[in-house]
Amino acid sequence: MTSHVLLLVLFSLLVSTVFAVLMRDDPRAQLRTGAMMFSGLVGAAFVFGWLMYPLPL
Amino acid sequence: MSLKSTTAERAREESEPGTLALVCLAAWALPGAGHLWLGRRQKAFVFMAVLPIMFAIGLMLQGRIFPFEFGEPLVVLAAVADIGLGLPWLAARLAGAGQGTVTAVTYEYGNCFLIVAGLLNFLVILDAFDVAKGRK
Repeated sequence: MTSHVLLLVLFSLLVSTVFAVLMRDDPRAQLRTGAMMFSGLVGAAFVFGWLMYPLPL
Repeated sequence: MSLKSTTAERAREESEPGTLALVCLAAWALPGAGHLWLGRRQKAFVFMAVLPIMFAIGLMLQGRIFPFEFGEPLVVLAAVADIGLGLPWLAARLAGAGQGTVTAVTYEYGNCFLIVAGLLNFLVILDAFDVAKGRK
């Protein structure tokens, strides 16, 4: 298992699951918060990845 | 009438100091055990599944369970984070797992999974403490 993207997605999934369950009591709210966190983590990784693409200048 | 379960609605009575310590100890030793003790079964089962899985993935990725080398402050911090997972950490140490293969492509990923699993369990312990104190 050496795919960077797969590991990134797996890590984001596990971390967002724990945070969502910690922060919310209601299962629907947990699902919504977890989905938002997961997409935020993965999305931010892609955005920063592309922003750093031209570096070093 | 709202169906949402708020912290105010679910507030419970504060536990005795001895019980508080035992809840925290249980939560440290086995991720989710503190929540199970306090009757938060849904949360407990999620923590019991996710945190050890994260730790196991870290080991599979050839991450290192850091020792307490006081000459290396960052290694000590990583060791403190690793120890957060309690019995899985102890079992891995006793089994000689988590030696870490620096040359492995996934070494840093493994460390990340191991360290974050331990740190997340510290948050879970704090949450169990809050629940036991009656704050949640």
